[in-house]
Amino acid sequence: MHGEQDLSRLVQPARVHRSLYTDPAIFQLERERIFSVAWLYLGHESQIKNIGDYFCTRMAGKPVIVVRDAGGAVKVVHNQCAHRGSMVVASDKGSTDEFQCCYHGWTYHLDGRLKAVPLQHGYPQDFDPKSSRTAMLAVPRVTSYRGFIFASLAADGPSLQESLGYMTTSIDDMVDRAPDGDIEVAGGVFRHSYNGNWKLYLENLCDAAHPWFTHRSSIDAAQQQADDVFTDGFGEIAIRQMRQNGAPYSFWESQVGIWTYPNGHSYLGDYHDDAKLVAAMNDPVFRDYIAALEARKGKEAAKKILEVRRWNSNIYPNLSFMSQFQQLRVVHPVAVDRTEVHTYSFRLRGAPERMFRNTISFANVVNGTGSLVLTDDLEIYNRIGLGLSSEGAEWIEIGRGYLSDVADEHGGRRGKNSTSEVYIRNMFDAWLGYMTGTPRESARFPHGAVA
Amino acid sequence: MSAHPQPAVRPQSAAPAWDRQVCEDFLLHEARLLDDGKFDDWLALFTPDAQYWVPSEPDQQSPYDTVSLIYDDRRLLETRVRRLASPRIYSQEPRSRTSRIVTNVTVEETAPDFAVVRSKFMLIEFRRNEQRLFGGTCLHRLIADGDALRIRFKRIDLVNCDAPLDGLVVPF
Repeated sequence: MHGEQDLSRLVQPARVHRSLYTDPAIFQLERERIFSVAWLYLGHESQIKNIGDYFCTRMAGKPVIVVRDAGGAVKVVHNQCAHRGSMVVASDKGSTDEFQCCYHGWTYHLDGRLKAVPLQHGYPQDFDPKSSRTAMLAVPRVTSYRGFIFASLAADGPSLQESLGYMTTSIDDMVDRAPDGDIEVAGGVFRHSYNGNWKLYLENLCDAAHPWFTHRSSIDAAQQQADDVFTDGFGEIAIRQMRQNGAPYSFWESQVGIWTYPNGHSYLGDYHDDAKLVAAMNDPVFRDYIAALEARKGKEAAKKILEVRRWNSNIYPNLSFMSQFQQLRVVHPVAVDRTEVHTYSFRLRGAPERMFRNTISFANVVNGTGSLVLTDDLEIYNRIGLGLSSEGAEWIEIGRGYLSDVADEHGGRRGKNSTSEVYIRNMFDAWLGYMTGTPRESARFPHGAVA
Repeated sequence: MSAHPQPAVRPQSAAPAWDRQVCEDFLLHEARLLDDGKFDDWLALFTPDAQYWVPSEPDQQSPYDTVSLIYDDRRLLETRVRRLASPRIYSQEPRSRTSRIVTNVTVEETAPDFAVVRSKFMLIEFRRNEQRLFGGTCLHRLIADGDALRIRFKRIDLVNCDAPLDGLVVPF
């Protein structure tokens, strides 16, 4: 087992030890010290609109039920019968007025309290149906921010708001884009998986230096694709996205930025803009959408909303989302070398119906299990898993841009340009904090600058 | 099986006898091209306005309001096939080897100018050190193009379409 001393030696300012990606004991510690402590994103309130609606997910590998209880509050309960330990709810999602175990019929209220037990007379005298011993245990802390449900398995700790800090503005960006001020999960789920560590996924999402290489095959294929062949319009966004992955380094270095904030959060920004890349702005559907947004919010407010140009926003340790095409990904570590990612799409209430079609099209190309783009990312994660199993380099470099990070006016730091690995260093600062109790502030600004 | 976006009406060609055996032979030919990695020849089996669809949900009704493991119009399908030929397609380095079994072929619907053919398939894919097994139901909407058959629409329903899946690169 690794002591605190050992763990802090594994993370250096510009490199980390490979065992962080390969050692099952460290993975187990991450489950205990990160995933059993941090605020984890579980889902969105639109997935449980009515009393009794629920969905199942996992926290630190443990099955939980996220449910809207009889009082209308969001509760998270462990999916385990208090009697013999059976998993009570077996469907991924549904609606119910109680939870009933299929083994001996123990029946629970939506918030996990025991409701009824067959043959209760047979249990010992001190059997107390009101005790926590006879309840499906509730996860201690559950909080939503603008419909985004987070929970923590730890009874104490910083509030969600404190933990998110400035990153609440990324969630605002996601929600404010809806003309009616509300978004809802829609359009199904992708579940993709790979043989590699969970951290690799988050480390790739703001990596502006990889598309040129990793996605070469789809960049070339899309750039060579004739535009005058049959299309039902659905492939348009996909082709544009693939082509723009081939933007030259000079673009990434000068036009895109990377911002990071305490607790491991970050976003890649200034990416998606009509004057620069992809952009739906010329799309007639997007013009209708802008008109709808302006009609509801006013021209000035709509302009301000659309001026936020963030690409992926990452909330450490399990969430990434992007507002422009309403995508969200949840990272589920399965084992030290196995990860599952579940991705969701959102519908903007009050936006033209055709806009959601663009959202689905974009989801297919960016998050689809059969995507021409994502499959090469998955291959990279697999190869890192394979490469790290060698007896080669002991340390992994995360030093691109090191010593050139600059302070940000909102208490974070940003890379000098978008290809800085500052967001990876930032995640490891948070990692150290969770794993050892001591975040390494000194590593954040080696010049001594203070955020 | 569910509806899909209605194809444009095509000019009627000489009505072939929609013989089950002829259709089955065509599906076996298609499977062989895929197993042999002859993706350009496979693409040539599709009409210029073809659609290729692998839903993400059982009984998925539409590719437009729900995500799909793959949904390609002709333009994307061409791009997909061109990428498969790229020396820089890292997710196919090394290449997959595949073996397909196509069976239970039935002609579900016929008209003078098209037929809907249903089949069951199993696909074994081996790549690197892993062998994967896929299975499911295919729907082909075939049209007659002179003496040849062409695929106007292909839908592949994997039995595990909603499971966590590693990347899908070789077409079904």
